[in-house]
Parts: sequence; structure tokens; C-alpha cells
Amino acid sequence: MTGGFPYLDAIIFLPLIGAVLLALVPSRDVRLLRLVALAITVATFVVSLGVLANFDSGEAGFQLGTSAEWIAEWGIGYKTGIDGISLWLVMLTTFLMPLGVLASWSITSRAKTYFIFLLALETGMIGVFSALDLFLFYLFWEVTLVPMYFIIGLWGYERRIYAAMKFFLYTLAGSLLMLVAILFMYFAAPGAPTFDYRDLLGTTLSLDAQRLLFLGFFASFAVKVPLFPVHTWLPDAHTEAPTAGSVMLAAVLLKMGAYGLIRFAIPFFPDAAREFVPLIMVLAIIGIVYGAAVATMQRDLKRLVAYSSVAHLGFVVLGFFVGTVQGMSGGILQMVNHGLSTGALFMLVGALYDRRHSRLIADFGGLGKVVPVLAGVFLLVALSSLGLPGLNGFVGEFLILFGTFLGHRWWVLPAAFGIVLAAVYLLWAYQRVFHGEVTSDENRGLPDLSGREALMLAPVVALIVFIGVYPKPFLERIEPAARVVVRQLNDSCVLPDPGDCQPSAARTAEAP
Amino acid sequence: MPLQLPAVKLAGIAPEIALSATALVLLLLHAFLRRDGWYLPLLATFGLGLAMRLAIGAGDPPASHFAGAIASDGFASFCKVAIATFGLLTVWLARSTVIRRGLEEAEFYALVLFATAGMMLMAAAADLIVMFLALEMFSIALYVLVGFRAESPASQESSMKYFLLGAFSSAFFLLGIALVYGATGSTTLGPGGQDNIIEALNAAPAGGASLLVLGTAMLIVGLGFKVAAVPFHMWTPDAYQGAASAVTGFMAAGSKFAGFAAMLRLLDGTLFSIRWDWRPLVVGIAVATMVVGSVLAVVQENVKRMLAYSSIAHAGFVLTGIVAANDRGVAGTLFYLTVYGLTVLGAFAVVAILAGPDDSRVRLVDYRGLFAANPLLAGALTLFLLSLAGVPLTSGFVGKLVVFAAAVESGYVWLIAVGAVASAVAAFFYLRVLVVMYMQEPDGDVVRARPDPLASGVVALTAAATLVLGIFWGPLIRAAENATFFAGV
Repeated sequence: MTGGFPYLDAIIFLPLIGAVLLALVPSRDVRLLRLVALAITVATFVVSLGVLANFDSGEAGFQLGTSAEWIAEWGIGYKTGIDGISLWLVMLTTFLMPLGVLASWSITSRAKTYFIFLLALETGMIGVFSALDLFLFYLFWEVTLVPMYFIIGLWGYERRIYAAMKFFLYTLAGSLLMLVAILFMYFAAPGAPTFDYRDLLGTTLSLDAQRLLFLGFFASFAVKVPLFPVHTWLPDAHTEAPTAGSVMLAAVLLKMGAYGLIRFAIPFFPDAAREFVPLIMVLAIIGIVYGAAVATMQRDLKRLVAYSSVAHLGFVVLGFFVGTVQGMSGGILQMVNHGLSTGALFMLVGALYDRRHSRLIADFGGLGKVVPVLAGVFLLVALSSLGLPGLNGFVGEFLILFGTFLGHRWWVLPAAFGIVLAAVYLLWAYQRVFHGEVTSDENRGLPDLSGREALMLAPVVALIVFIGVYPKPFLERIEPAARVVVRQLNDSCVLPDPGDCQPSAARTAEAP
Repeated sequence: MPLQLPAVKLAGIAPEIALSATALVLLLLHAFLRRDGWYLPLLATFGLGLAMRLAIGAGDPPASHFAGAIASDGFASFCKVAIATFGLLTVWLARSTVIRRGLEEAEFYALVLFATAGMMLMAAAADLIVMFLALEMFSIALYVLVGFRAESPASQESSMKYFLLGAFSSAFFLLGIALVYGATGSTTLGPGGQDNIIEALNAAPAGGASLLVLGTAMLIVGLGFKVAAVPFHMWTPDAYQGAASAVTGFMAAGSKFAGFAAMLRLLDGTLFSIRWDWRPLVVGIAVATMVVGSVLAVVQENVKRMLAYSSIAHAGFVLTGIVAANDRGVAGTLFYLTVYGLTVLGAFAVVAILAGPDDSRVRLVDYRGLFAANPLLAGALTLFLLSLAGVPLTSGFVGKLVVFAAAVESGYVWLIAVGAVASAVAAFFYLRVLVVMYMQEPDGDVVRARPDPLASGVVALTAAATLVLGIFWGPLIRAAENATFFAGV
């Protein structure tokens, strides 16, 4: 970035500085703690609007970043920057964070530690999406683990310790394999060993090396996304985490994995990625159908939403690997959409839990009469999640399916079946919770959405509708970057002998 | 044949002399004054500080003394400063946690000083005989230190075990010396001195190969005992558990450092030309050590035993740096040993403070609810454990990164993949401690520990080092890179 205010670096470190400030607030004063945390996250969001305003939508490369030496001898630098892929993920993070704080009003024990972890988590997440140095990226990637581990383990529900442990170990096992791959890349770099992302893009690697390294990165990202069959940590972690934890996990942390696939795995190893396309598409489709089918069977609302994430992220990964700009753009947009709708669903389930201290569908019934506003919002969000035209989910899923159709025609069928299942589990759950007569006396006197809850849901609902009606501002910023990755997947070649390259069979179709 | 006496220049071993002299003065003063007091730790601190001052810059320009038996180079200098730091922290920690129990203060410090001197000599030894001398010097001091809690049967038992197995390993080491001498006609490592092993290998690359390889293997076994590598690790859990926590920390930090320093000079420095012979052995030991240490730590219910197995696993990670046998590997190993030493000393400092007057509250269940009762100590221990687990922003992560990078540079990617899996397993038991500290309610009363200022200082210093060296590790890795002997040769 040439001159100007370093908006991006500011939003990376603002939450961290806020966490230090928060440490000075007396821990007894929970009200003040909440307000300070809210003020910091809102301030971060406001500054992040500067990022959005200064983002040049015509530019496909990285922008708004800084570059500074850190440990020069080892080729490690503090290098940041965003493109159309990371822009919306950064914005999603800063946008949801204040809402996450609002959703944490019921946290009263050790509130100070909680909010410090939440703010540290925000720094880690924004850092992951902005880092352009692999050392820095790995650092932020791992740093998000610790706060989330504690958030689940300390403030979660009954089986929180088990869930936190599982979350940590699964992710760590994946990321350590990624570390091995990163170290290999470090020495394979053209010129002196370096962790610089842009320098590493020009690395020539044999196909065998690419395969192994791709799998190293893929191990880490597949766990995080999560792809079938390494998704099993997700239902536990999402279900047991406190509301804000679930929101952040679903909305942002999973996206770190998907983001890693298109930021690192495909551009670094396009030849290997091309080879793995069928395998990954199969895993994505299994995720879509399996996630949806299992979600249908859930008795616990939170678990249902958790499994729906497996299905949705399957769509995202499918879009990434079909090799068309539409699929890629749709996948990127769908990451944002999923963040919004699933985030909102977790907030709503959390609101229900706060009232009733249960998440079991069977404990509810007929709530539509008791809490009409909550029911209305729930319906709207559920419809967005299942892809009703006019709401955001439709735009993303349509683009993914359209892109899949262009590249791999028959794969659309099972994927579309997943959408049907989504309608089944969401509407059926909605029906059992909100329709009919009030079945339990305990549910009769439940209060409707409070002012705070309305405040936390209103922005999400507004965006859900906005993206559904007018996705252009989002897509036009995503597309240049998406086009770059699609070209890398289809045509690029980093083999030592370019004659060995096998360009993809899929057409690099032009956007309409 | 006229006997030629080598030129004696004491400057080469000035730090060791300073330490030994201080230890003797300490013992004599105490014998005459017949009372304990602050002068004892102050004197010990002075001795260690002096040794550190003498070690800084001593290897510039590199030289060798005593007919090539003692090396005075950047490598020795780096090791000596690090080892003296460990000694200092141990003395301060012992003052508040061990000595309080009415143990012999002067003797304790004197033993720590002797052990420190032996470890330093180990790093400077450029002759197998001197190396053996140094090995015995610090080992004997440590045998006594481990059994220092004479009233405790556990302490005596562990001392005995440590002594017997240690003596056993010394025999291996001696046999190795004899075989290497038989193969090369020298015990001097080189490159200094008249005729040395490096020159012998250069002159006759294949001469007496099987004898040499066997001798090298014996030396590796001998050193493997000291650094607690599998399958020579059997003494570790018992000795770590039985010794006073401050002593355990010193053992983990110091004797590992000394053993690996000797291994670096021996394998990477001297026997580099036959690396294809010793590498398979060391690779095998590294894999076994990483896996066994990590897996066995998982089932431990005693924090000290858990840390003992963790130290075994860490020895395996360090070995990957030695296998690398390149500049990055030597520098990375030195870096790793330094930051591991500081972290593990910090961890044992917290354990020592929490263990109470009779060093008994060391079971995992004793740590329940620690965060609620002692948030600062729990926070520090969290930092140490995360560093041991290798989570970024702590020095432990950087340590792993640099040795792993070195091994990858030498082409041992699969070894690092094993290391990565072992690290993931290892994370489990560090997390277990965190779970107990933060997420479980205590059975009965939680003791609110009131560490005295000196012990708190040790914890604060090591915690700060763990964090700072995790973020701004440039200066330390630069120092380690300047201390590699490949550069000096």
C-alpha cells in the first residue's frame, strides 16, 4: 500500500489492543466488560469499512497490505494484503464479531477472560485471511485454536471438555502436517528460502512432490472445512460451544479451511489439484448429501444446524473445484452466505436456549404463537439457508450449481438433491418447533425477542435480503480474484518441464 | 623420546575454573561460619554470573587449548552462557523451594555449581577423554542432587537408579572411546591439535570402518542415556519424579543441553564424513524417542512423570536437528535446547511452587481448579505447556520450526512427518493439564500458593523469555547461527 492509513493492519491489531485494554477493566463489572468489548468490536468494524471503501474492485491482485521485515535471515516477513477472496471474509469477521459479543450477554462467569479470548480470536481470524507470508499465516492459523479451545471448554455446555479437546487435536494434527509441507515449500522456493507467498507462487515442483504437498495442505484444510470423513469434530464442537463460539466457528473458522484451499492448495500445486478434482468432488458431494441426511435425523436443534454446515461447506468446496468462474465465485459468495445464515441460526437457537434451557426439538412446539417475531426471523433465516430465491443462499447455490453444470454436467444431480434435503430438515424442524399448538406449559410464557437480540439479528437479516436481491457489489469484487484461481486450477503449470502439463478438461467458461 | 608437554592456557576453561573455585569457597565459608544465610545464594549467583561473563565472547577468535583437548569457539561460548543461565535460575528457585526444608544449603549450591561446570566443560570438550571427564563431573553432581532429599525414600530410590544406569552408560561411552581410538589412533576430535580424528578420517576414509562405526554407536548410546533418548530413557521418569522439582528442572534443561552439545560436536562436527553410517542409528533413535515419549506421556497421572516423558519426546525432536547435520541443524539444535531449557525450568518452577513443602502435591488431580485459585501461576504454566506443545507465539514453536526446517533441508521430510504426528499426540497431554487447571472443580480445598519473590521472579523471567523468544527470535537464532562450528572450521 502506498501511503494512506493502513486499514487492514489496523483491524488485525485493534482487537488485540482491545484485549489488553479489557484486561485493565475490573473483572467484577460485567456490564462494563461487555460494553468495552462491544465498543472495540464495533470500532474494528467501522475501521474495516475503510478497507471496503478503499478496495479497488477492478484489481485482481493483493492490495491494502503492508510488507515489513521480521526475521530477515529466515525469509520471514510481516506481509499482509487482501484480494476479492479475502476481502469478504475479513468483512464477515468484523461484521459478525459485535453480534457475537451481543450474543454473549448471558456469559457472566469469568466474563473478562471470555471477552479477552473472543477479541484474541478476532485478531487471529482476520490475520489468517490477510497474511501473505506462510509463517505469519501459520502463526495466525494456530493462534485461533487456543482461544476457541478455551471458549468451548470453559463456557460450553455439558460435554464441553470432550468437544474442546477433539476440536483442538483434530485441527492440530491437520495443521502440523501442513507445517511439514510449508517447510518443504520453504526450501523449494526459487532463490533463497522464503515464506513469502508471492515468491513461492513461482516454485517449480515435480508432480510427485506436488501430490504429497497438496495432501499436506489438504489435510489441514479438509479438517477445518470440514470435509467428509474428517468432519466428526464439528457436530461436537458446534453443539457444545456457547452461542458466540458456535457463531464464530461456523461463520468464520470453517471458512479458514475453505479459504486455504483456494489461497494455497490450488495456486501452489495446480497440477496435483487437477488430479485430485474428482476425488475432492466426490468428498464434497458426500458431504452435501450425508450432512443433510444426518441433519434431518437430529433431535437437538444445534446439532441440526451443525450438520447443515457440513452440507453447506460441501457446496462451497464443490464450487471451488469444478473449474469454472461461476462455481468459484459462487463458492466464495456462499462462504459469506453460510456465515450469515448459519450464524443467525445459531444466534436464534441460542436465544431459544436462553429462554428454555433446552435445545431439543421435542421440548418445543407451537412457539409461533408465543414468540411470533422470533419465529418469523427463524423462518426467514431458514429459507435463506435452504436457498429460497430472493435471499442470499439462492445466489451462491445457484452459481455453484450453474458452474458445476458447465464443468461437470452430471454432478449437478446429487448436489441438487442436497438442496431438497436442506428444505426437508429445516422446514421440518421449523414446523415441529413453531407450528401447531403449544405442547408444553413451560413454553407458554416465553418472552419474544428482546431489544438486544433484535439489534443483533437485524443487521444479519438485512444483509441476507440485500445479497439475495442485489449481489452485484459482492460478485464484482470477488470475480477478478476468482478468475485468477480458476485459471490456476485449469491451465497453470508449475512442473519443471511444462510439456508434461495436462490442462483441465473443464472449460474456463466466461461469466455471463 | 622426549615428552612434549602441551602449552597450558587456562583461559580456555576460565568459566569452569570460576565455578569450581566459587563452589569450593562456598563450602569452606560455610564450614567456618557454620550458619546459613543470604551470602550463600549471593555467592553462587556471583560465581555463575562471573562464569557467564567469562564465557561471553571467549570463542572469538576460535582457538583450541591443551593440545586440542579443549575448544574455545563460538559454539562452546554459546553453550556455556545458556548453561550458566540454567544454573542461575536453578539456584534462585532452589533458594525458595528446596532449601526452605532445612536441607544443606551450601552443599546444594556447590553441587549445582560443579554440575554446571561439568556441563560447560562438556560443551567445550574436543577430546573424548575430556568429554568423559566432563560427563562424569556433572553426572556425579547430579546423582547427589537427585538424592538430596535424604528423608524421602523416593528421592533415594531415584538417585540409586539414576546412578546405576548412569554408570552403565558411562561404561558404554568408555568402550566407545576405546573402539574409536582403535580405529583412528586418536581421541582428539579436532580440528585443533596434532593428530586428530578428523584428520585420520580424511587420510584413510575407509580405514577401520566397522570398528569406527561400532565405537560411534557406543558413544551414541552413552550420550543417549544422558539426553534420555529411547531406549535409554528408563531412568528418566523415576529420577524426574524422585528429585526435588528444582533439581528436575535443572536436569531436564542442563544435562540435555550438555549431552546434545557433545553429540553435536561429535557427530555433526567430527564424524560428519561418516554421517551415512551413524545417521540410520540416530534416525531410528529419533523416531522411537518421539513416538514413545509422546505416547507414554498420555497416560501419566503425575505431573512430574508427565513432564519426564515430555522431555523424552523433546529429546526426539532435538535429534532431528542432529540428523540434519547442516549449519541450520546445529543452530536449530542450540536454539531448541536453549528455549526448551528456559521453558522447562519455568514449568518445573511452577510445579515446585505448587508442590508444597514436602514436594507431594504433584498429581494431576492436585491441579484441579488451579486457575480459580492461582490465576497468575496457572497462566504461566499454561504458557509453558503451550510452548512445550509447540503452539505459535511461544518459543517452543520456533524451536520445533528451526530443527524441523533443518531436517527438511537435509531431505528428511518423512522424519518430520513422524515428528508432526508425535507433536499432535503430545499436545493431548499438555491439554489434559489445561483441562484440569481450568475446567475441573477441586475435590477439597485448593491451596493458595504464596511463592516468595525469588521463585516468582524465576517464573516471571522464564515466562517472559518463552513469550519474547516466540515472537522476536531473530537475535537468538542469529547468535546460534554464529556459534555453529561448521562456520568456524
